[in-house]
Amino acid sequence: MMTTTYSGAANPRRIGSPRHLVKAWPTFAALSLLVAGCADREVVTLQGAGATFPEPLYKRWFREYYDINPKVRISYQGIGSGAGIKQFLNGLTDFAASDAAMTPDEIASAPEGFGGVKLLPMTAGCVVLAYNLPGVERPIRLPRAVYARMMLNEQALPTNRIERWNDPAIVAANPGVDLPNLPITVVQRSDSSGTTYLFTQHLVEVLRQIQPDLKLKAGKSVDWLAGIAAKGNPGVAFTIDQTPGAIGFLEYGYTRVSGTPTAILENRAGSFVAASPQSAALGLAEAEFDNNLIAWIPDPAVEGAYPIVGYTWILVRGRYDDPKVGSALKAILRYGIDQGQTYAADLGYVPLPPATVEQVRQAIDSIEVANAAESVGQESESPPPAAASVAGSSRGDIEERIEKAVAGFSEDPHGNRE
Amino acid sequence: MTTTNSPQTRGTLAQPPSTFEKLNDRGFRTLTRLFALAVVLMLVFLVYEITRTAWPALITYGPGFLIGSDWSVAEARFGIWPQIAGTLVSSLLALAMGTLFGVTVAIVLSQSFLPPKLEWLLTNLVQLLAAIPSVVFGLWGLFVIVPLVRPIANSLNETMGWFPLFSTRLSGPGMFPAALVLAIMILPTIASISRDALASVPQRLKEAAYGIGATRWQAILQIIVPTAAPGIFGAIVLGFGRAVGETMAVAMLIGNANTIQWSLFAPGTTLAALLANKFAEADPVVEIPALMAAALVLLVITLVINVVGVLILQRASRSLKGIH
Repeated sequence: MMTTTYSGAANPRRIGSPRHLVKAWPTFAALSLLVAGCADREVVTLQGAGATFPEPLYKRWFREYYDINPKVRISYQGIGSGAGIKQFLNGLTDFAASDAAMTPDEIASAPEGFGGVKLLPMTAGCVVLAYNLPGVERPIRLPRAVYARMMLNEQALPTNRIERWNDPAIVAANPGVDLPNLPITVVQRSDSSGTTYLFTQHLVEVLRQIQPDLKLKAGKSVDWLAGIAAKGNPGVAFTIDQTPGAIGFLEYGYTRVSGTPTAILENRAGSFVAASPQSAALGLAEAEFDNNLIAWIPDPAVEGAYPIVGYTWILVRGRYDDPKVGSALKAILRYGIDQGQTYAADLGYVPLPPATVEQVRQAIDSIEVANAAESVGQESESPPPAAASVAGSSRGDIEERIEKAVAGFSEDPHGNRE
Repeated sequence: MTTTNSPQTRGTLAQPPSTFEKLNDRGFRTLTRLFALAVVLMLVFLVYEITRTAWPALITYGPGFLIGSDWSVAEARFGIWPQIAGTLVSSLLALAMGTLFGVTVAIVLSQSFLPPKLEWLLTNLVQLLAAIPSVVFGLWGLFVIVPLVRPIANSLNETMGWFPLFSTRLSGPGMFPAALVLAIMILPTIASISRDALASVPQRLKEAAYGIGATRWQAILQIIVPTAAPGIFGAIVLGFGRAVGETMAVAMLIGNANTIQWSLFAPGTTLAALLANKFAEADPVVEIPALMAAALVLLVITLVINVVGVLILQRASRSLKGIH
């Protein structure tokens, strides 16, 4: 089996050139790799693009997978869910990633040759309310009615607005906290985003319960949120950090890196819950997937469940005519739902529940690949053999790699900024 | 001696051009024409593509697109009045500040106030400002300008909050910091073109002014600056053109709030910021045509401003001809 050969020598640079040459002549080695790469027709390059929300996790998977199977190279561009879907449907990429799944229209608009579109939940996460309150040390608690009313603009909510941090409603929920007399500056996304979709979906659900007369619709970009706007999760995180009195919604992982405090939110059951992979998992467990494996949990009801959670999907074609691409993609997707899940919690995501993993595995199996027998990825039709090699490498090695990944992740927010 | 290659004949005798030289000459001329044409064609193609993509939005929303103030993809309602207003307000504010500094810098650098070496150094330093990437200005604005301006803005708001221009606090990004950074960004344009205009005022005029007993300040303010005024005005208009189209720094600093407010410290938005923020993620059916229509409006605005600026500069150099 090919993979076992490489799983031992994890460094891809050693392929095609003797070891001493690599040490002595890095340039020559790189060149020989290039030549080998061109000559080696078995190397497969997969192109993917989409959501920034799971980007750190996916990049991590692809990097780890490269060590296992250097013949498969995956390039992933975090250009946003909407743009990712667009490129995917135009046939520019082999797969896409989206936090807002796909609309029935988008699914229907897939070209004939795709053999339909499959949505695969790959991981899940939560959206937090991060804030900047100078002098406030303890995490603040925000009741449902309060944070919902904080975020809306004047057109959407002309009365009952909460505009200052020392509003009686906030003070009452935070006994003993000295809240400053500062205006609340809401920071929202200026671009269309899956994070906005998750957040507005939850807000609409909360508002439906407390103020049914408001007719607001959730979306990837809405015109009823208040305040200033910044581009991308990194932009919002940065603006919050720079603006005293700011509050804004962010993907959980981004606040873990920057250390921005996040609010403890009241959930539907009335308990106050801080964001964590555990509390998010409680909410996500309520998900019921439809035929397309889409599920929304706009307002989890379980006690102790974090209220703003959602899955994020990888979108693939129903059929791949290029056997190499198809089977390589199936192999990496299987890797993602197996070993890939172990990295999720490290990076602030929520691993998929076992039942969901099983559903996704079946969906991956059902992706058709033309002439699968001739492909490179064939050996991975069985569970990834390289699992053993990763598990077998020393603990310290893995910890080191986690640290590296987290460091790489912390660079990402700046890398994304334009 | 019959060899034409001998040193005497080759240097002195004119020869008819060889076929190679003729072809070379013709080929080069064709090439330059092709490239010149390509530039024009590129512009035409650009305008055509934008108009074509914007067409559905233009016929659907009509003039309401210019005066509406919603940007709602869900309801397919689009209006760019806040963006147009924000573009003009931020650019005019920047222009007011940029002109003050730019013309002052131009006077200092053109009227031999400084030793020639220092003048040369400063002139180049001002030019260098133009080479700083927009995103660097944006980050600098967020990290330096906003924290610097915020206390002043907020104390103005506390003491003079009744005055509409100071009626909100500056929370972070907002119209004023954006305009301030814009002013610095258009400074090189205004300063260097104004300096050229001031430097091209004939020496005779200055001497005549001193000759009839004018002080240095009188000569500068009453003779030299008025003579160079058309050129300076052209510089200002070109600076305005640059401010209107400036994107990245403004998108980072203005707050991207789809509102129009009197207060200088409130967040706003501009056409360029709208495009930069929305384009990558825009819905291809509904939003892209609307964005393209906004791009077309921006194109028209900058085109008009630049044409006016160039015309003024041309008139300025023509009116100076008589004086020389």
